[in-house]
Amino acid sequence: MTGDFYAWTIVCAGGAVTLLARASFIVLPPETRVPKWVQRCLKYVAAAVLPALVLPDVLFRDVAAGQAVNTYRIIAALVAMLAAWQTRNIFATLGAGMATLWFLQYFRPF
Amino acid sequence: MLLPVNSTRSAYFRGLSDITPAVVGLIPFGMITGAAATAAGMDPWLALGMSFIIYAGASQLAAISLLIQHAPALVVVATILVVNLRFMMYSAAIAPQFRHLSARKKWLFSYLLVDHAFALLSARFPPGDTTQKPGTKAEQQVKKNRDDYYFGGTSLLWVMWQISNAVGVFAGTLIPGNWSLDFAIPLVFLALVLPALQSRTHWLTALVAVTAAAFTTALPMKLGLITAAVAGVAVGAWLDSRAVPVK
Repeated sequence: MTGDFYAWTIVCAGGAVTLLARASFIVLPPETRVPKWVQRCLKYVAAAVLPALVLPDVLFRDVAAGQAVNTYRIIAALVAMLAAWQTRNIFATLGAGMATLWFLQYFRPF
Repeated sequence: MLLPVNSTRSAYFRGLSDITPAVVGLIPFGMITGAAATAAGMDPWLALGMSFIIYAGASQLAAISLLIQHAPALVVVATILVVNLRFMMYSAAIAPQFRHLSARKKWLFSYLLVDHAFALLSARFPPGDTTQKPGTKAEQQVKKNRDDYYFGGTSLLWVMWQISNAVGVFAGTLIPGNWSLDFAIPLVFLALVLPALQSRTHWLTALVAVTAAAFTTALPMKLGLITAAVAGVAVGAWLDSRAVPVK
């Protein structure tokens, strides 16, 4: 992938919507209110989107020939989840997951 | 008020020093974001432009992951927006404190509004804190100190985010592809989302989203992601509205 016009357009549009989210209530008139149902949806956005982003990155990237899913990444992700659970620390989670993946990719036990 | 009311300089530097611990924690995250981009084959200038233009780590990682999978533009932009919707909540909470600013400064301070900046300002200047009478000189000074304090903290955050991203972008071009550094992206998301699943409704939301994502991977153009997100949010909001005591 190169830094083509298409990708730059995406980045600029992404920056624009991000700035609008940040500026929203700061630049809108003070009496602006959010409907209840929108607030309700906002509460669950992260819980829905982040796991949905994780799934294909773990299952289907760099899948070895003849396999349906990337087993090494699945195992590494499970170890990382355990680390996240135990430590609640982003770097411990990263370290555990990457170390497991590197170990499996280097030794190829199965 | 915890700050001396007569010194602008000290308010700015107080912001700088208060944000320092958060900045130390942010540097590795910025380096990983930059490195994940170029290690995954993204153009270095595009990766740098992204940290400058979007300036929000989690959504940058989401964008990298989708761009290298050649997802359609609308899906990438929609995902960036959705990951960054939490800024609207910060915006609503912080708006009363920015009301006196000029339009230009409102946009500048909005651009700088990130998770740590919000935490910083609400810790030191809690919203609704009106120890000074409105319209008095003392109140003006408190507002000015608050602005300088916010700008002090957020300017350091911004500069260090750009530098750490740039270092990561450079490092990423040197890291061999078989290190699978792009795997850092889902790992960061796992680390972010697991502690945020605070109730049974949140867990069910995540479960529905993951299940929907698993069954829709065959859909073209990453439409499975949108489907999964909508399904998860719909179930979460519906359970929430029924106010079933599931907490």
